[in-house]
Amino acid sequence: MASTANQRKAASGFRISRKALPYVLSLPALLVCIGILVPFLTAVVYSFQRYRLSQPWARQFNWGDNYINFMSDPGFWNTLKISLIYAGTTVTLELLLGLGIALLLQRRSTLNNFVSIMLLMPLMTAPALAALMWKLMTNPGFGILSYFAGLIGLQDFRWASSPDTALLTVVLVDIWVYTPFIMILLLAGLRSLPTQPFEAAALDGVPRTFVFFRITLPMLTPYILTATLFRLLDSIQQFDIIYAMTQGGPGDTLTVFQVEAYLNFFQSTNVGRSAALMVILWAITYFLSNVFIKHWLRLRERARGES
Amino acid sequence: METTSTFEKIFRGTALTLVVLFFMFPIFWIFLMSFQTNETILRIPPSVVFTPTFENYQALITGKLTSAAGTLDIAFMRNLGNSVFLSVASVAVALVLGVPAAYAFARHKFRGSEDIAFTLLSFRFAPPLLVLLPLTQYFQWLGLSDTYFGLIWVYQLICLPLILWIVRGYFEDISADVEYAYRIAGHSWFATFRKIALPLAGPGSPLPVCLPSSLPGTTLSSRWCLHRPTSSR
Repeated sequence: MASTANQRKAASGFRISRKALPYVLSLPALLVCIGILVPFLTAVVYSFQRYRLSQPWARQFNWGDNYINFMSDPGFWNTLKISLIYAGTTVTLELLLGLGIALLLQRRSTLNNFVSIMLLMPLMTAPALAALMWKLMTNPGFGILSYFAGLIGLQDFRWASSPDTALLTVVLVDIWVYTPFIMILLLAGLRSLPTQPFEAAALDGVPRTFVFFRITLPMLTPYILTATLFRLLDSIQQFDIIYAMTQGGPGDTLTVFQVEAYLNFFQSTNVGRSAALMVILWAITYFLSNVFIKHWLRLRERARGES
Repeated sequence: METTSTFEKIFRGTALTLVVLFFMFPIFWIFLMSFQTNETILRIPPSVVFTPTFENYQALITGKLTSAAGTLDIAFMRNLGNSVFLSVASVAVALVLGVPAAYAFARHKFRGSEDIAFTLLSFRFAPPLLVLLPLTQYFQWLGLSDTYFGLIWVYQLICLPLILWIVRGYFEDISADVEYAYRIAGHSWFATFRKIALPLAGPGSPLPVCLPSSLPGTTLSSRWCLHRPTSSR
């Protein structure tokens, strides 16, 4: 320390910058992101308008009509139903499968570590590309999976081109891409659990199933919740896989929110309806992400022993 | 785990094999396809017997796909270059903007800090189409569509929140006392940030760098390109 004057100067500089500094530091990041609020608000305005690209002269505010029309619109209810079914099925199956694989790989060994890294490869492929890969493999003519289906007696299995199996096929692709995500989160969770409760249970000769349901599962719950919410948020807005695979078809069997909004915008050029759909989806995801972030912050605080 | 029976060993082995088969087979099959010609790919029934050819890779690198029907120009190398440039540039921009902001959020509880941080993160979860559709129109008016600048800006919405929240966690895990000590020794705020905070948070940096850099390549660009099939420059 050079002198008391210097010290005081440093101290006062510290105090002043303490007030302004955080704003100065976070301002650039905020400014860059704030640009996004403009298109967001525009989209909300569009959702309150009668706006078709094919009839620009008829563009006018119709206030809540787009939303009120949804009530009596079977297309909208179909979209809502499909989106929820899709998100529900994929997340449930991925969670069960991911947990199973994580339990298989729990023990640290060279083989297990190698397999867990290898399993991340589907996660590295872009979802749209993964969908195209599966489209090649499920081609009714030369697709390898169609051939396998034929071998086990499912002659002429149509995969994504039949309304009966289209959902199954895209769910399969989603599972292929995103199960590793849940697996790696839960594996990290499993390996970070304290060992004492398990040693105590082993000493007492507690049955394995009992240990799993009473010790492993409760202790793993925070990780399961995080993984579920994260996947739920992404899955309810799935676009890439479904659009690349079937473009929402056949018919309207797979018109989930984003696909339906995309088709509304670019094919039927009904901007108002498209925007209203997206606003409803945004409301759903905002609610979910709120739950997710609150939960995450609580976990972080508990991890640092602040609550 | 101590009392591993033979049955359990077999069960675990089979399950693991099935899992690896399910997740690796598509990649393996597409990999095989990449060494085949159309004739061998389109065979019915499918077969793994073929003489490998490097034609496809050659076509990607030279940009000329020659087939019986004629020659087709493919701009793969340019597209790849674009992707690499956009990923690197957007992550670099996101780091420059995000790390100081993350530091501010981690070290200073200022008014509305949690709300701002939450708002930034909620961009990550908002449905992309909601914003992208009007944004396409705005970009056309502003002359930003089909420019690197415009794309890098849009990518910030994905990269920045991720970097911000991951790096914030790193800064929060480091005790602030070291920094206070350095400040009291008379060093400026910037020197403290550069010499103490950054090096301490540094070891965690591969994750925030790698994670978002893979994202523009996968999530958003595929969406964005679906909108703008011509966005090559």
